[in-house]
Amino acid sequence: MALGSPEAHFLRDLVYQRSSIVLDDTKGYLIETRLDRVARAAGLKDVNQLIHEARAGRMVQEIVEGITTHETSFFRDRHPFDALKEKVIPELLERRQGRRLHIWSAACSSGQEPYSIALTLREAFPQLDASRAHILATDLSEAILDTAREGRFKQMEINRGLPARLATQYFQREGMYWRAKPVLRELIEFKAMNLAEAWSLYPRPDIVFLRNVLIYFDVPTRKRILDTVAKNMAPDGVLFLGAAESTLNVDDRWVTEKHGPARYYRLPQQEKR
Amino acid sequence: MKAIVVDDSRAMRAIIKRALIAEGFEVCEAGNGQEALDELNKNGAPDLALVDWNMPVMTGFEFIQEVRALKQFDSMSIMMVTTETESSQVEAALEAGANEYVMKPFTPDVLQDKLLMLGLAR
Ligand SMILES: [Mg+2]
Repeated sequence: MALGSPEAHFLRDLVYQRSSIVLDDTKGYLIETRLDRVARAAGLKDVNQLIHEARAGRMVQEIVEGITTHETSFFRDRHPFDALKEKVIPELLERRQGRRLHIWSAACSSGQEPYSIALTLREAFPQLDASRAHILATDLSEAILDTAREGRFKQMEINRGLPARLATQYFQREGMYWRAKPVLRELIEFKAMNLAEAWSLYPRPDIVFLRNVLIYFDVPTRKRILDTVAKNMAPDGVLFLGAAESTLNVDDRWVTEKHGPARYYRLPQQEKR
Repeated sequence: MKAIVVDDSRAMRAIIKRALIAEGFEVCEAGNGQEALDELNKNGAPDLALVDWNMPVMTGFEFIQEVRALKQFDSMSIMMVTTETESSQVEAALEAGANEYVMKPFTPDVLQDKLLMLGLAR
């Protein structure tokens, strides 16, 4: 599928209409790889046949999900999880005085991020059971949420980013898979959500993980999403973006804070919203 | 940094060795636990040992037990790299003194990631 071809244009429009995600030319190779996977999974010969199906209105959801779902690992980029453990959660707990802590993983994909947050809670804050901590994990893709909710991971996924001790302590083998034990699963609620549409959250999340999501959207959509995050999160809440992302030039109200190599964002407290 | 790759498969040693060299390691090899132990006794312990489980003469598990019984190699990190993937086996290896565990098959980025966990990545 050549860039600039009618097929590429068709796909770009299709994905944009369904998800507001902008496919620019820099993502060409990535997209082709993912579409190839979608085509094979559906028993189609190649990407061209997949596009043929899509033009007839079939396979559209599969295509959007295939393109927007990305590979990840447990404790991706590590530093945000260190910041959670060492700084962000201890500070929030002090201010919350026993009130339930709400954490939102906004594009959880196959679940490594919310399970990594759950592992951080279990390891560093054992006093926070499900009645005192809640992780909301959302994603565009219903199919991937079903997998994530089950907490089943392939061996290749368990290899990636997860210290071996945590694998044996918090997961159990089920045939070919490693499955998260209830002690992790009970902390997480999985729900489908399209960030680019209108949404609201209650209770307000104290901590938001919105990592490697904004890069897929055009600037107006990024602005709208960040603004909705600002309106929905706790006034003293904390926002984590991807390692290569920033609020800069998108929404300059956010103030950057640092803990070691980790960066996160907060809204100035005095601002009325 | 120095590492020893202990595996009875020469092809596997070559794969691991290449990944480690890319990470800036100086690498030597051993075909089983006994050979590795001899190397340690002769030339001292490297920073890291990557150890297969199933090998003739002395298995990786036995090697870990031997090494951890001796005080002088305590500073060496041990990473089990094996096709053994039962949870109980991972647990047993960690209990015997392995610091990390990689399940075969794996990609070079998995190895790199585990090196980070052990504080051994560049
Ligand atoms: Mg072997």
